[in-house]
Amino acid sequence: MIAAPKPDLVTVNIDGVDIAVPKGTNVIEAAKLLQKDVPHYCYHPKLTVAGNCRMCMVEMGMPAVDPATKQPVMDTATGKQKINWIPRPQIGCGTTVAPGMHIKTSSQMVKDAREGVMEFLLINHPLDCPICDQAGECKLQEQATGYGRGYSRFVEEKNVKPKRTQLGPRVTLDDERCILCSRCIRFSKEIAKDDVLGFVDRGSYSTLTCHPGKKLENNYSLNTVDICPVGALTSTDFRFKMRVWFLKQTNTIDIESSVGVNATVWSREGVIYRLTPRRNDAVNDTWMSDSGRFLYKQVAAADRLAAGPRINGAASTLDNAIAGAAELLKAGSVALVGSGRASVEEQFALKKLADQLGASVSLVARTAQGDKLLISADRNPNVRGALVTGLISALPSAQLTQLAADIDAGKVKTIVSHGEDLAAAGLTPAQLGKVSIIYLGTHANATSAAAKVLIPTLHTFEKAGTFVNQQFRIQKFAAAVPGPVGSTNDLVVLSKLLVALGGSALPTDVHGLWPVIAASVPALAQAAYRTLPETGLLLDATPWSGLPFVEGETLHYKPAAAAVAA
Amino acid sequence: MPAPVQTRVIFKHIDEPGYTNDIECYLRHGGYEVLKKSVARPPAELIDEVKKSGLRGRGGAGFPCGVKWGLVDRKSGKPIYLIVNADESEPGTFKDRYIIHQDPHQLIEGTIISCFANNVKQAYIYIRGEMPEGARILEKAIAEARAKNFVGQNILGTGYSCEIYVHRGAGAYICGEETGLIESLEGKRANPRIKPPYFPAVLGLYQCPTIVNNVETLCHVKHIVDIGGEAFAKTGTPNNTGTRIFCVSGHVQRPGYYEFPAGTITMGQLLNEVCGGPLPGRKFKAVIPGGSSAKVLRFGERYKGKRKVGADMVDYDWGVEDVPMDFDSLAMIGSMGGSGGVIVMDDSVNMVEALANINAFYSHESCGQCTPCREGSLWMKKITTRMVHGEARPQDGALLKGVADQIPGRTICAFGEACSWPTQSFYLKFKDEFDAYSEAKKTLPADRLTLV
Ligand SMILES: Cc1cc2nc3c(=O)[nH]c(=O)nc-3n(C[C@H](O)[C@H](O)[C@H](O)COP(=O)(O)O)c2cc1C
Ligand code: SF4
Ligand code: SF4
Ligand code: FES
Repeated sequence: MIAAPKPDLVTVNIDGVDIAVPKGTNVIEAAKLLQKDVPHYCYHPKLTVAGNCRMCMVEMGMPAVDPATKQPVMDTATGKQKINWIPRPQIGCGTTVAPGMHIKTSSQMVKDAREGVMEFLLINHPLDCPICDQAGECKLQEQATGYGRGYSRFVEEKNVKPKRTQLGPRVTLDDERCILCSRCIRFSKEIAKDDVLGFVDRGSYSTLTCHPGKKLENNYSLNTVDICPVGALTSTDFRFKMRVWFLKQTNTIDIESSVGVNATVWSREGVIYRLTPRRNDAVNDTWMSDSGRFLYKQVAAADRLAAGPRINGAASTLDNAIAGAAELLKAGSVALVGSGRASVEEQFALKKLADQLGASVSLVARTAQGDKLLISADRNPNVRGALVTGLISALPSAQLTQLAADIDAGKVKTIVSHGEDLAAAGLTPAQLGKVSIIYLGTHANATSAAAKVLIPTLHTFEKAGTFVNQQFRIQKFAAAVPGPVGSTNDLVVLSKLLVALGGSALPTDVHGLWPVIAASVPALAQAAYRTLPETGLLLDATPWSGLPFVEGETLHYKPAAAAVAA
Repeated sequence: MPAPVQTRVIFKHIDEPGYTNDIECYLRHGGYEVLKKSVARPPAELIDEVKKSGLRGRGGAGFPCGVKWGLVDRKSGKPIYLIVNADESEPGTFKDRYIIHQDPHQLIEGTIISCFANNVKQAYIYIRGEMPEGARILEKAIAEARAKNFVGQNILGTGYSCEIYVHRGAGAYICGEETGLIESLEGKRANPRIKPPYFPAVLGLYQCPTIVNNVETLCHVKHIVDIGGEAFAKTGTPNNTGTRIFCVSGHVQRPGYYEFPAGTITMGQLLNEVCGGPLPGRKFKAVIPGGSSAKVLRFGERYKGKRKVGADMVDYDWGVEDVPMDFDSLAMIGSMGGSGGVIVMDDSVNMVEALANINAFYSHESCGQCTPCREGSLWMKKITTRMVHGEARPQDGALLKGVADQIPGRTICAFGEACSWPTQSFYLKFKDEFDAYSEAKKTLPADRLTLV
């Protein structure tokens, strides 16, 4: 493998400290490396620079050079090269580092400039923080506290603007709170490639709106809510539901496709209120689809299996259900249907079960058109996990045709399905009727209805684990909320089944299980749940480079480059 | 004292009886002869003439035209565009429209010569939205010039081709700012661009190198190429070469436009001798020398310091009347020559009310992109409007200054300066009037002019 070339470094001096930063870095990012805050609103690391809020102003100077001789001009007092300070503040976001550049991030000039901008931003702001969803995570609040004067000289009437415009099905705009930073406009144009937002009117009366006849309805519209530095753009779903400071944040992974978008679950007392993206520059930058965010609604959906284990439709206990399942399994002629939505840990445990039974395993493929951004063609988050753990060795197909044939031929009498609806995967009601089904799952469907043994398990947001995304990057997620009463962690169920079949128990928490996984899965030999970086770990994908994955290009993934990247 | 005699170069035929804006008339007066001579010369030579002429831009900033042309990125391989800034919107300025209405071919000839000099194949005239008649005249004039092969394909058989398109604005002052203009020309909202990186000379129209010049500037180019840069530089004073057109409005006997060699006439000569002095029974109180954004001058104040005359530094001690009308002298006394719009106010004017008017204009025209200008301009307007129409407070003047001081030097474009300099200078020069306005207002006549 060829090592990435060292980026050209440029040495700049920030508040008296020299630091070498990659060429092309702007002053905000350079200062961040020194833990210096350059407050800003319009700048966003993943969008073009607009330079309009003027909050990020810094004082800037360059080493003095004699124009005639081109020789450095020295300062006799310090013995160093003299610095020519520009008499007006410069914007940090739009200033790219240059060799020898000097920056002051908190001189009197800078403080005055920030105080002025803060005052200006607040004079026409409604200051309705007590009823504003953004309160608690509002840049205007934070920076007014940090950099404002703390009093107001404004005695005029404030501007009046629309308070609740529906920009689209999921985003509500309060124009009075908008500080006109244009982040949402740039996001729509540059990232979502859906140029629908713009300003009408001029000056302080400028008003954000959709272009005539258009709506903000693309599947990435809620990112505008995330990046809006104030409470102007709000999620219609989350609006007025909960104060953000009451919410617990848990790391998770978007389960809608193999991209593996990093996300955060926001919950309180076991109830999830929203999902937002978590920055991972190698996967999703700072973005996430709207559809991925709404998957939290599955957790408390009406068809959630929550009434505890059942045998032949009658309520049972977990131990009885396990015993009943073991009895069916011991009779032989078993086939397992695993899931590309299950975690690496669960797939590993299922593989153990398959080995114990000597049973065949199939997976159900889910594919659809990718959106070239953060939803890939492979709509399972973890098909690669099943390859890595050895649960499967070939890519799955959408229809379980082989299994159907085996049922018809009488070769299969019992099926364990880990969360997959066999009817949706092509088995007919007649075929379902011919076999005994043991179903471990979260939601009701034709398979749960036909199951002899039904054991309700946990949703991704209720358990910990890892997924391997399309880049072969293994990424972890944690349990955000407890599962409903009567549901059992999938790992517990699988381990109990193993024991009931005469195998040895597996640790049922991820920390305990990982040493076992690392000891038996070559690709994961060096890994452990606890030490996996938050941004994931790239696995060596070469063993699977020959497989014809159904993938198109996404934000940080090119099909052809997959093998190289790993 | 007899009034100083004008030197009309650009305005030579303006208001001349019998002079019409069609090409035949222009040709009868020697039109397009300079173009014919120009296309036979190497382009670099023409640029050199402009450099030698010392011509400074007439759009407001007074930037040397030759230097601007020298900054154009000619190595990128991208096409170079030239844009004629005919947005003329700075209050007090009315010169470009007369050129366009009465002598459009002078502009077209100057434009094509400038295009040839800079290897420009496509030029745009961006004309203010409120000047539909001007746009029609230009369209007709370009069609006439094309018919005579002065514009279009293979101009005068030289193999050089250049098109000129007229583009109408939609009525916003900010479209006069060159990068706002470029955005508007690209079909977008006229939000000025950040510089760096978007210097027009490198990343202008469609991200290609672009020259933006004022109408009057490009007319001067024609005369420079005609008589030669050095000869041109003999008119006016060093560093302030050529003639300047002054658009005098307000409280003088004879408002209007007057063309003089730059720096050879003082403010006093212009207002008293050329424009006939104040209205009967009135005295001059204040004058804004270069368009409404220029800092106001108060009659009676004195400006002292040292200035360069030839190689020497000499003392000066001027009243407003003594100031030579050129870029450098006006800058020296803390204002600017700007666009040449001279706005005169006599002792009937209340300065708070005058400022209220100016503030209303600028708050209406701020594009709204950057915080200090957007919020500051409207805040200042709200204060002055309240002072005039509502309740004025003794501390309002100081507050106005406090607001204005937070704007200049902190914005994307020079509109930040344009909208704050009036307030800063009005308060500085007429502090007494602002501080006393709340009291004075009680005795102001009820039938005085109503304000915006
Ligand atoms: C707010 C603002 C408005 C302007 N309006 C005009 C205008 O109406 N006409 C003009 O020629 N220049 C205007 N300018 C100046 C232009 O930006 C630019 O400097 C000029 O067109 C360059 O031409 P010149 O070098 O020939 O003067 C304006 C500048 C600012 C900051
Ligand atoms: S709505 Fe929010 S993101 Fe959009 S311009 Fe206004 S403040 Fe910025
Ligand atoms: S200074 Fe004013 S006009 Fe210029 S870009 Fe900023 S808001 Fe717009
Ligand atoms: S962050 Fe807004 S101007 Fe720099």
